[in-house]
Amino acid sequence: MPIDKFNTLTSSVVPLPIENVDTDQIIPARFLKATTKEGFGDNLFFDWRYEKNSQPKTDFVLNNPTYKGSILLAGKNFGSGSSREHAAWSVYGYGFKVVVSSFFADIFRNNALNNGLLPVQVSEAFLKKLFTAVDNNPAAEVKVDLQAQTITLVATNESESFDINGYKKNCLLNGYDDIDYLLNRRNEIEAYEKKAITF
Amino acid sequence: MAGKTLFDKIWDAHVVSSVEDGPSILYIDRHFIHEVTSPQAFAGLKERGAKVLRPEKVVATPDHNIPTKDQHLTIQDELSRMQLETLKNNCEENNITMYGINHPNNGIVHVVGPELGITQPGMTIVCGDSHTSTHGAFGSIAFGIGTSEVEMVLANQCVLQPKPKRMRINVEGSLNTGTTSKDIILYIVSKLTTGGGTGYFIEFAGSAISDLSMEARMTICNMSIEMGARGGMIAPDETTFEYIKGREFAPQGEKWDEAVIYWKSLCSDDDAVFDKELHFDAADIEPMITYGTNPGMGAKIVSHIPTLDKIDESSKASFLKSMEYMGFEPGDALEGKSIDYVFVGSCTNGRIEDLRAFASFVKGHKKADSVVAWIVPGSKQVEKQAIKEGIKDILEEAGFELRQPGCSACLAMNDDKIPAGKYSVSTSNRNFEGRQGPGARTLLASPATAAAAAITGKITDPRAFQ
Repeated sequence: MPIDKFNTLTSSVVPLPIENVDTDQIIPARFLKATTKEGFGDNLFFDWRYEKNSQPKTDFVLNNPTYKGSILLAGKNFGSGSSREHAAWSVYGYGFKVVVSSFFADIFRNNALNNGLLPVQVSEAFLKKLFTAVDNNPAAEVKVDLQAQTITLVATNESESFDINGYKKNCLLNGYDDIDYLLNRRNEIEAYEKKAITF
Repeated sequence: MAGKTLFDKIWDAHVVSSVEDGPSILYIDRHFIHEVTSPQAFAGLKERGAKVLRPEKVVATPDHNIPTKDQHLTIQDELSRMQLETLKNNCEENNITMYGINHPNNGIVHVVGPELGITQPGMTIVCGDSHTSTHGAFGSIAFGIGTSEVEMVLANQCVLQPKPKRMRINVEGSLNTGTTSKDIILYIVSKLTTGGGTGYFIEFAGSAISDLSMEARMTICNMSIEMGARGGMIAPDETTFEYIKGREFAPQGEKWDEAVIYWKSLCSDDDAVFDKELHFDAADIEPMITYGTNPGMGAKIVSHIPTLDKIDESSKASFLKSMEYMGFEPGDALEGKSIDYVFVGSCTNGRIEDLRAFASFVKGHKKADSVVAWIVPGSKQVEKQAIKEGIKDILEEAGFELRQPGCSACLAMNDDKIPAGKYSVSTSNRNFEGRQGPGARTLLASPATAAAAAITGKITDPRAFQ
């Protein structure tokens, strides 16, 4: 089943300058009882976003109308902890298409890519530059170009390249999905099974 | 040519083929599923018109969501009940073995796999749960996956994975008295931080590791993910073979002999090269406890929370946020802080040896009146064994209650939630904000340290009791 295609995106960003944002913060476990993928965006960062009485916490960035856009800018080691793909569904469901950080947890990175959410890993220095730019001007735009594998601060044209393996890049550019890819490799899988070590 | 690492031997034996400029197609020998991360995978499969390729390689056990009291009754929470029913229906429709609630084999997926002998050396094992790394204790490549990947494995018995880098962590020497495998791993995570293992698969080696029982090894591999590692593993040896032999799904007869010959080849060659290698001295490790909101924020129980000048400039804001959440001040002594709850259980420390350790500690003492304690076995088999050995009686005499198996307060999806603002000494694996309930404050430690805290109502050095 196809995923959403990604090519280029120019957007203002939402800054979350916190390190080690774990998946329990992205989506607390009590919201994992659903049997579909829908609706998780409403509960993104729930305990940071809402008071106990469900009123929005005004000091949390998602509740601050100054900051909007479809790029989430986060401190290093974003997405650590649990393997819950609900974390990627929440971030994407909320409306983010890209997460920028200087470091991503492995499972979160895979989960994001499998859902059309692009994790862009930048240097510590560039991350700092982006946070400063947004601090100075909340409307500052950032351009992400997947084909060129670059991320650019539009106002100054400062740019950095990012890594993504060729296979995943192609999947995102074209909206391809891993499962369909593997379903087409069934012969190889069955051939492997004939020579596999089993007891 | 350099020799191969344990990881490479198993990985290479499972590569179906490699995608150009991309991941490998890795064949999966065992796929564990549970109620929380599988429903969307089955729904996706159905939508695609695909079938489960090898249902005999999949085993299901509900664990995350189930209550730990009155399991014979209908589950009250509607959403939890629906997830369990969905798992049951999906397993029935696809001919997958499921050990449902009240089945004698039910329990936490990472406790059940090993105790039934399903987990074996040399295998590739996945589950939609990050603590799948537990199974690496048997010398297997075991790692957590997301739901899209669960669907991928159901449909193809393979997963697309980029090959991680290899790290070896050596712990040499004899452990200090009163120090356990939980302290080893909390110590290592505190040294490497929560991102220190990201991109790597870790082999744990050295005499302090090979001296450990299988259950203690599982605790170490279980928490590899807390360093961000893709997984952790330990080369199989006689301790491993002895543990597996005779278990329900272990190879039998001639197959057993063949298996052991193969398993003995599963070790890193002397000239194998690792991308990173670290050495620790067991003598430096003492009972540990965490004080912050990630598992890397741990310290010796007899020490202090770091002062602000010890924290990197870029991490200060996150550190202070963590202190505020915990209600602690930088520089505070850890010993003597009051606690409210004790949780013993989870895939990290919910096995029979953990319950034995806790029981031997509290025997002849009484639980502090101010402490609420939840002692939750990791599986029905652990529960049965605990009753048989008289552990349940010892616990009850000391004022504790043995509950029924499940993930329980480790992630608080069921009713076992630590109230906001309360401190819980927990034998589980994560102390993230809200992990054990909104506002809950978690202090990760070993079963021995949990026992000491349960008796005194304070953070207490377990060695003080010995």
